[in-house]
Amino acid sequence: MYQRDLGATEKGSPGIREMVLNMGPQHPATHGVLRIILKLDGETVVDLDCDIGYLHRGVEKICENRPYTHIEPYFDRLDYVAGVSNNLAYIEAVEKLAGIEVPPRAQYIRVILTELQRIASHLLWLGTHAMDIGAVTIFLYAFREREEVLNIFENYFGARLTTNALRIGGLFYDTYPGFEEQVRAFCRIFPERLNEYETILNENRIWLGRTVGVGVLTAEEAKDLSVTGPVLRGSGVKWDIRKAFPYEVYDELDWEVPVGENGDTYDRYLVRMEEMRQSRHIILQALDRLPQGPILGKVPKMIRPPAGEVYHSIESPKGELGVYLVSNGTSFPERLRIRPPSQINLQALRKMAIGHMVADVIALIGSIDIVLGEVDR
Amino acid sequence: MVAHRRRNWKQAISRFLLLDLIKGMIVTFKWQAPSKCYTVQYPKVRPRIGERFRGAPRLNRDPETGESLCIACNLCAVACPENLITVTEEVREYLDEASGKVKKKRFLADYLYDTSRCMFCGYCQDVCPTYAIELTQEFELAIYRRKDFAWTWEMLENGIDQPVYTR
Repeated sequence: MYQRDLGATEKGSPGIREMVLNMGPQHPATHGVLRIILKLDGETVVDLDCDIGYLHRGVEKICENRPYTHIEPYFDRLDYVAGVSNNLAYIEAVEKLAGIEVPPRAQYIRVILTELQRIASHLLWLGTHAMDIGAVTIFLYAFREREEVLNIFENYFGARLTTNALRIGGLFYDTYPGFEEQVRAFCRIFPERLNEYETILNENRIWLGRTVGVGVLTAEEAKDLSVTGPVLRGSGVKWDIRKAFPYEVYDELDWEVPVGENGDTYDRYLVRMEEMRQSRHIILQALDRLPQGPILGKVPKMIRPPAGEVYHSIESPKGELGVYLVSNGTSFPERLRIRPPSQINLQALRKMAIGHMVADVIALIGSIDIVLGEVDR
Repeated sequence: MVAHRRRNWKQAISRFLLLDLIKGMIVTFKWQAPSKCYTVQYPKVRPRIGERFRGAPRLNRDPETGESLCIACNLCAVACPENLITVTEEVREYLDEASGKVKKKRFLADYLYDTSRCMFCGYCQDVCPTYAIELTQEFELAIYRRKDFAWTWEMLENGIDQPVYTR
């Protein structure tokens, strides 16, 4: 930390000292090891720069040295609170490249699992975001419901976060006995619990004071910064990969894309809350239509996709998660590039935070919903 | 889709009478009852683990003969993304009871499993043709010495001794 005296040369601010302050990497509110270099005028943020890379593990390089079948566990560790969504992005990219068909039952189960994962991820976001701002009660309630989802995952794949759930061409496991009842039981209690969260937060004056009008991102700015996911939809842009480029069976299901109006932290909060309701709606529809049949398609023993390249993106809880895969005809990928949603959404932080207080930066980081495992890869 | 913000006289009155805070407090107090406690008192109460849980590895033995089910085929070592399994084989002569002849067969000589690098993906148990290697529901894997992370054949069959702390 150092102080720089701007001196009396600048017009109108004689003797005002701008202070450069390191926020992080060990900061509890940054959701990981993110270092933010703040330039402050008093308590107002003048400029801001994100220093990332503290959690860099070189996943893309690791993946070049692994056969296609071995890469999936590494994708769990990108966005480690939404493992199934990450698995799906990679698995679908390989299936697209190799031209492997997935049976309908597996597709429906994949939709159910990714939507459950979206609920779990948004609940974790809600808890930590509210706790950053000061509402600790919500954290406990949100984690209680997230526990229900994680119990389903534990029974299904045998892991709670690093699920390693899917398999090229289908699924590892078929549903366990009692899966449908457990998911339906969760869907039954969930709307009531969501209403409780909203009773606590929606009209709470402290919550409104901390979120309304904070970090406004207009639709044009959001598009220019290429942010995706709830951050983009909070600004009023109706863009969802599930609607724009439907994968799996999303085009057969009936659901809506929630959008905000003002693009501030409060609207992003409302969008995510509504997304959880829509996810529940999708899960119930998929459960009703769940067909019988095999869960694994015709997969060759050695997966050697023909030489070529493919880009496939899905709507992960954080935004557009893309996988760009280049094959050279062997069983190892030539190049694998990940488009992480939270890294690109993080670039909007500077635009949002300038002119706000230091404490608002905490609220904004939570509002973007970053996971550093994905930002740094 | 998203609820519109109300900026009207109703909200003004509710703010004046602290109704927004009181409503939230009612929810909070509703969950205060001891019967609605969700915390598992972990060391005293053991959590229920899913049947498919991928935890500590185990090398199964044939329950009848007591011999290891592992046929030293090396598939688990190939399937492991982290290359942490080392299977050592040896070819031994044995007496085949059906035909009464002495035959040669591959046997397991040593098995090493490095749990410090394991990410519990379950590929080894998925690929095993004889259900020899298996990831169990055991989840307490903390140990004091770094070298103990490498699980030998004996540790894999019998499990490790976890210290049990009592008051």
